[in-house]
Amino acid sequence: MTTLTRRSFGALIGASATTLATPGLLRANSTGRLVIIGGGFGGASAARFARINYPDVDVTLVEPYPTFVTCPYGNLILGGKRTLPQITHSYDGLRARGVNVVQDRAADIDPDARTVALESGASLQYDKLIVSPGIGLRWGAIDGYDQAATEVFPHAWMGGDGSQITNLRAQLEALPEGGVVGLAIPENPFRCPPGPYERISMIAHYLKQTNPTAKILAFDSKEGFSKQGLFEDVWAELYGDMIEWIPANQDGRIVAVDVQNKLFISEFGEEHRVDVGNVIPPQTSAAIVRDTGLANDTGWVPVNSRTFEADAARDIHVIGDATIAGPMPKSGYIANSTSKTAVSAALADLTGGSAPSDPVYFNTCYSHGGEDYGISVVAVFRATDDGFEATPDSGGLSPRGPLSELAENRRLEARYADAWYDSITRDMFS
Amino acid sequence: MTRKQLLAVSLLAGIAATGAKADDRTPLLAQSCAGCHGQSGEGMGEIARIAGYDRTAFIAIWEEFRNDERPATIMNRIARGYTDDEVAILADYFSSIE
Repeated sequence: MTTLTRRSFGALIGASATTLATPGLLRANSTGRLVIIGGGFGGASAARFARINYPDVDVTLVEPYPTFVTCPYGNLILGGKRTLPQITHSYDGLRARGVNVVQDRAADIDPDARTVALESGASLQYDKLIVSPGIGLRWGAIDGYDQAATEVFPHAWMGGDGSQITNLRAQLEALPEGGVVGLAIPENPFRCPPGPYERISMIAHYLKQTNPTAKILAFDSKEGFSKQGLFEDVWAELYGDMIEWIPANQDGRIVAVDVQNKLFISEFGEEHRVDVGNVIPPQTSAAIVRDTGLANDTGWVPVNSRTFEADAARDIHVIGDATIAGPMPKSGYIANSTSKTAVSAALADLTGGSAPSDPVYFNTCYSHGGEDYGISVVAVFRATDDGFEATPDSGGLSPRGPLSELAENRRLEARYADAWYDSITRDMFS
Repeated sequence: MTRKQLLAVSLLAGIAATGAKADDRTPLLAQSCAGCHGQSGEGMGEIARIAGYDRTAFIAIWEEFRNDERPATIMNRIARGYTDDEVAILADYFSSIE
């Protein structure tokens, strides 16, 4: 494969794999081939940024799903504030920019040959590879929770085809009057630290209107969580005693489920019957990076803080939730923000530039608590020689205080969250 | 036309800024703002337009956010995370967009 010229490689791919769209997009004067695995917040942003800023580079994006369902704003489907089509995005905008979008699943990476094997049997040659594969769910970490169990107790923690989040929404609609909704929330680290607590809020927002005697039991494997004070204010102000949060030190860790009898079973053997269950299982990096030796024994991928090149392989840059990047959160905005530094660093090698100096990584995580009720955490991160750090004396949480004094602040943050969603999804797909 | 203006116009027009060099911090720094303020700072929903902002005013308002001297929801928290040099780069960039 490596002895083929670029042109003959393109022709070969075109001939051998009908799933590969428009091989003619390979540019005649290409300065290199950038292959990107994963079309989410990291990968789609990387592809678009590369096409705009490095027009001579061939960009191929490998993504198994035909469209992208965002995890951000998925909770708003549960709250009745969005529908699935409103959070589903097409790759046509990237195609129009000249990205070769390949609907396939990356099955294997060969770092020595610099090839990506696809599930369909085709193979892609790269000069630089960006991998933004997202998370994997740790099947078996909760006894009884396997693929089949997700139909009864959806996780709704990966966008996929959208069926997990609509499943959970349908179950909430069918909840018996005064019924019990249970959530099982994992230990750190996991995707979207404030996500479970926004979800609790959005479920309560919906039930308050349709089923006000219902109960939400949030079983947590931790004893604290992101934006905790702000969320506890939301719950007290808007939802009274509908929500009960049960931390690990009050036997909140769910270690097993029984889908037949709809039971959550705690660490100390307590059985909790729920009418609707949402199990957010413990997580690891996606299989592609663990199978190819890019992850270490934590299950996550160590990377260079200035280039995002994986410690374990040359010319492979890993971004997004799969990486070890604390104190940066596993968030869509961080995947988006870091993708641009990763692209710039990777392509500097190919285009004669230098790697970005003093990169700054930016994150705002907005959460919706209810109607016109937004809260946020902000951070500006910088690379250090051995990792990442939050810029001192910056960032932080929305102010706390009585809703009577902060109503306009909460309303504005809710609208800013909506604008963030529109802006960042354009930054990925337009 | 300066190189920065050229870059700004190119990005605004959706035309590739050919040869954007990674050692120019402008594109990567400005991306932080684009996440909420729109691709070229054009504003988004209730989020303010920053494209075409007067350079001196941009820096002065940033300083007010940084010192909590201006009503804010999140920009006060963001403003404290950037150095004077970085704010000047952002002011150059966004003031250059028509």
